[in-house]
Amino acid sequence: MNRVVVTGIGVCAAPGKNAAAFAAGIKSGHSAIGPISIIPSEGLITKIGAQVLDFDPNAYFQSGKLALYDRCTQFALVAAREAIAQSGLDFRAGLGVRTAAIIGSGVGGQTTLDENYLRVYGQGAKRLHPFTIPKLMINAPCSHITMEHGITGPSFVVASACSSANHAIGVAFHMVRSGMSAAAVTGGTEAVFTFGTIKGWEALRVMAPDTCRPFSRDRKGMVLGEGAAILVLETRERALARGAEILAEIIGFGATSDAGDIVLPAVEGAAGAMAACLKEAGIAPDAVDYVNAHGTGTTANDATETKAIHMVFGDHARRLAVSSTKSIHGHTLGAAGAIEMAATILAMRGGFIPPTANFLAPDPQCDLDYVPNEARAGQIEIAISNSFAFGGHNASLAVKRA
Amino acid sequence: MADLASEVIEVIAKQAKVEPAKVARETELADLNLESLDSIELVFALEEKFNIEIPFNANEANSAGISFTTAGNVIDAVAKLVDEQKSGKA
Repeated sequence: MNRVVVTGIGVCAAPGKNAAAFAAGIKSGHSAIGPISIIPSEGLITKIGAQVLDFDPNAYFQSGKLALYDRCTQFALVAAREAIAQSGLDFRAGLGVRTAAIIGSGVGGQTTLDENYLRVYGQGAKRLHPFTIPKLMINAPCSHITMEHGITGPSFVVASACSSANHAIGVAFHMVRSGMSAAAVTGGTEAVFTFGTIKGWEALRVMAPDTCRPFSRDRKGMVLGEGAAILVLETRERALARGAEILAEIIGFGATSDAGDIVLPAVEGAAGAMAACLKEAGIAPDAVDYVNAHGTGTTANDATETKAIHMVFGDHARRLAVSSTKSIHGHTLGAAGAIEMAATILAMRGGFIPPTANFLAPDPQCDLDYVPNEARAGQIEIAISNSFAFGGHNASLAVKRA
Repeated sequence: MADLASEVIEVIAKQAKVEPAKVARETELADLNLESLDSIELVFALEEKFNIEIPFNANEANSAGISFTTAGNVIDAVAKLVDEQKSGKA
């Protein structure tokens, strides 16, 4: 089995449109949640979100290409460019065929779908643009990464709602670990802000009207976010041989299914994913310093996840730092696992523990150290990052400081 | 108001898949096994039937002063929202 390291990180999300700006945003504890402004909010009950503001696609892409790029593809490409440039890998020099591109997304081209349905159903259009389908398809972000960088090995998109990116990174990790691929470009992307999609989320009755306050007393639910994060993975052997800077090492992946309710989380499923992850990493629970929690800010998730952490970590749960950076970058759904892994690795490298923003006061059902409101100085050696999706898909990743 | 009460009870009974006669003001929704997705489907059904917006958040036991514990709570909340809408406040 190969050891698998991260040699590139790219981010395009609400707290920052590159990894350095994003890391500064996470460290600041300043929530990037604000009034929805990238689409008209008239007629919406949910009027807040974590948007990638001042994002000018023309600054990144030629207009001819943009006709094929949904907003979710744009985010993925921006993050992939940054990650691949940092890694220093050139996939066109023979490595491409031995490289995988595995990307997570919850829904894919929602903006394209929404705009085109509006045209045919709402505005009586007789025809749609010929690129409608290739632009909206959920695999498009992954395809465009392979095309832009000459990656000709296996590539596909993983869709498991809010666990998509953790599953994608987990699969990519296993592909490099097993030797099936020498390197992988992996992560997740989501661009959720369309009128139709937000109306759908409103109907679930889980959206917070004020802000996202994970694990806090008086939390009122989740807040949507958008963006992408991409990692470059490769064997440790290759990274060392070429003198690349190793940013972190992925050491474990665990996944389970609740096989229960379509929306309600379950303690056993969440605990099972974390336990499987630790087992694969070959580490004892007390080796973990930090948990980047799924922490959506709903009453159900945060209480369930807290119980699951107690179940897996026992007495060590009281010594762990646990935080939900969703309070800062919003719930980015199919991109969440990747954005949160980026936050975790960047914090590991920056010598701080990410805070849970918007925290008011402890909740009796949530009794761990959630690093309220302010980042804490401290060295994370080993962290796990959780994603627990609608549909009961649970996925945890373990990462170690390089 | 009696008509509205029986109409609300009919919606609740349909969602709970029981006879309307089994639902009284005192009946607790939890006893009708209206959980998770059922309760938000009930909110949706009431909004559609009465053309109102019910500010219900599954994360709060008491959303915007509306309790959804008993059928009577639901009837009162719907009556209030229908009134508000008639008087132009909604």
